Amino acid sequence: MTTIAELPPGFVDKVLSAQSTFRSVMDAMARPGSVRRIVPGAGTPDRMMRGTAAIALTLFDHDTPLWLDARMAESLELVKWLKFHTGAPVVQDSSIASFALISDGGALPQLERFALGTSEYPDRSTTLILQVDSLEAGRSFELRGPGIDGVAMLNASVKPFDLFERLHVNEALFPRGIDVVLVADDALVAIPRTTRIVSKGS
Amino acid sequence: MYVAVKGGERAIENAHRLLADKRRGDQNVPEVTLDQISEQLGLAVDRVMSEGSLYDRELAALAIKQARGDLIEAIFLVRAFRATLPRFGASEPVDTGAMRVQRRVSSTFKDIPGGQILGPTFDYTHRLLDSALAQGFVPEAPATADASTAPTPRVTDILGRDGLIESSPQAEDGASVGDLTREPLNFPADRDLRLQNLARGDEGFLLAMGYSTQRGYGRNHPFAGEIRFGEVEVEFLAEDVGFAVPLGSIELTECQMVNQFKGSATEAPCFTRGYGLAFGQSERKTMSMALVDRALRARELGEEALAPAQDEEFVMSHSDNVQATGFVEHLKLPHYVDFQSELGLLRKLRKEFTDAQAPGAMKEAAE
Amino acid sequence: MNAPAYNFAYLDEQTKRMIRRAILKAIAIPGYQVPFASREMPMPYGWGTGGVQVTAAILGPADVLKVIDQGSDDTTNAISIRKFFAKTAGVATTTATEDATVIQTRHRIPETALSENQVLVYQVPIPEPLRFLEPRETETRRMHALAEYGLMHVKLYEDIARFGHIATAYAYPVKVNARYVMDPSPTPKFDNPKMDNCPALQLFGAGREKRIYAIPPYTKVVSLDFEDHPFEPYRFNAPCALCGAENSYLDEIVTDDKGSRMFVCSDTDYCEGRQAAGHHGSESAAPYKEKAQGGTNG
Repeated sequence: MTTIAELPPGFVDKVLSAQSTFRSVMDAMARPGSVRRIVPGAGTPDRMMRGTAAIALTLFDHDTPLWLDARMAESLELVKWLKFHTGAPVVQDSSIASFALISDGGALPQLERFALGTSEYPDRSTTLILQVDSLEAGRSFELRGPGIDGVAMLNASVKPFDLFERLHVNEALFPRGIDVVLVADDALVAIPRTTRIVSKGS
Repeated sequence: MYVAVKGGERAIENAHRLLADKRRGDQNVPEVTLDQISEQLGLAVDRVMSEGSLYDRELAALAIKQARGDLIEAIFLVRAFRATLPRFGASEPVDTGAMRVQRRVSSTFKDIPGGQILGPTFDYTHRLLDSALAQGFVPEAPATADASTAPTPRVTDILGRDGLIESSPQAEDGASVGDLTREPLNFPADRDLRLQNLARGDEGFLLAMGYSTQRGYGRNHPFAGEIRFGEVEVEFLAEDVGFAVPLGSIELTECQMVNQFKGSATEAPCFTRGYGLAFGQSERKTMSMALVDRALRARELGEEALAPAQDEEFVMSHSDNVQATGFVEHLKLPHYVDFQSELGLLRKLRKEFTDAQAPGAMKEAAE
Repeated sequence: MNAPAYNFAYLDEQTKRMIRRAILKAIAIPGYQVPFASREMPMPYGWGTGGVQVTAAILGPADVLKVIDQGSDDTTNAISIRKFFAKTAGVATTTATEDATVIQTRHRIPETALSENQVLVYQVPIPEPLRFLEPRETETRRMHALAEYGLMHVKLYEDIARFGHIATAYAYPVKVNARYVMDPSPTPKFDNPKMDNCPALQLFGAGREKRIYAIPPYTKVVSLDFEDHPFEPYRFNAPCALCGAENSYLDEIVTDDKGSRMFVCSDTDYCEGRQAAGHHGSESAAPYKEKAQGGTNG
């Protein structure tokens, strides 16, 4: 059994690491498709990438219910680490989660299982943090929408393979919808609900 | 040659230096101490603690001194400090039934168990300026008696035993109490948030709103069931210890209004409630609050909500004096950029108007 | 007594997290007003508490901050806010638009074009563009949900019927990304076109009204108008008396009580930059001088 003392540490500098991580996430969200990096400043529990850990320490707290995919929920160390460092309640019901952490993209539930927001409060939606294999190599995608000067290109190796097709629901749902942050090690890319994606093959 | 205004930074520093000097006033006059404010201007301290949402007499006294006696400014100082404080949790609900009562009056019964206790009150004083107070004044020692051991049950509990008043609406077990300083307010708001808003609300605003219900704008036939002022214990349930730990005692004023009854074919008629609570001795505030609380329950009690005091968006959006004073006073800030844009538009509209009135304009139009 | 000790950039970390989450949602839903639990700040509501909270939540030690009010770095409230951050976050400050990474503004957008590495933070008094047509939040929220903006067009059209023009000179409503009608904050309508397809991220903070909203970079922002009454930005038709600029927004300076007036750039950094580069207007015969003592670099 892992004791608190054995858990990987949180941010060494809570204030400044949270600030720099937030700016990376904010820039990623403001410029969909662009690859941002976080400055590693924390330990990472089992099954969690450095980028995911930094985002968790920056954005999660008592007020943000979390949903973990089965692979993450299995890791006692990961669950304890989240509880100890963020205090965020882990929930079974994905439709009330502020954030969902996904390490096994192949088993991503239907997007409709998450909170999509309401027409009055479209902000009351789940943000997916999805760990992927690569944000540098893989299939090519063309992105358009707010934050993008014309077209942005993204090369990524992502599971589920049809993630971006599934995200097409955002078009019909808008202003409701799902925002996604893709994480590969210390790199991240955000796909807010306004981004339209076309696969250009590999 | 025109030189644009510069040196605002120096001007600000100088203004604040002057303010500090004015605050101190004539230095031949002894400086007022926080103890003096807390002891001799106690009701001002009570108001600042209530509307500042922070129970700390010393800080409230400091705020009053720093604000030169401007209570809204003092409330603002306390609020800004409070916003930075860490939070450990919420206390257990305080039991006002177990209050060590210093004052307790009911207008609904001639006598009540535990008795009517006038306590320290302006009521029945003749409002004649007292020149004796202008000089050093030593008051007569207060009359004393053995502390009564008789319990002082709440009047509404006495009525409640016979079902004559609605039971106090209960929150669901385990439901968390809202906190409008931590979560943005949405409408419609539940009673927990409404009461929090009113407790922080401006006394003058609540007084006017409460008064308006008495004058017919949302009349709800109030009786002052009971007003009590005294000390209650505050306890905090520490999770690690597993039981409630006493934190100390605070002074509170509570007002329970007994209002117009409701009832229907399926429900026996009974009186309804309005509730007010404030730190310290704040009767005007708690009575006004209780009137407005009752008025805001219109929707829940199936009444038509037509009057301003029954309109929760109106009341809750305008009750906070820190918000209100900031926005009213922000008109002091420069607005010349917008004014210039407005001026440009107005000049254009006026020119078009005069051109149209000018001789020949009609003819042109006719052509 | 409890001696106050304050965090980097004043706000505590829990508050920053809450504001940061709201900012991310605001960017993801351009023009939508995200409710947030605005804190009591040590300056009054209506004096920039929303902008200050947004700035405090994004600001880091590497940032260079510029603060303007009415386009000027020297107005008292701009100085006060700049000093607040210099003191609580120790960040570098500047008056030069191109050197800033974060610009907090009240009522203007700088004349110098913004770039991708900049964030513009607006102070907003009343974030709801429909508020003056419908005072109830419950109603305006429904109208946004249904994108039911007919009331706004009726208001603008009534202006035309009455005055021959749309009688809104500032806080002129815009539509963001073809969805939400948004209040640009009380900037003169001259500035509206700068919001469209802007390379910088634009964030809006309304403290008293507890709302944050955003325009991501390169996002379509259209001022509401009619085909037969197209939107026209207003600018007094004269060159700046100090730098001769023909395309900047001008302040009207009353120079005596006999009706004399002159017009100078409202953006003081832009105007000084042009004068330093050798541009002159009718009133600036003398060479441009460095700023007097009491300058603003903190």
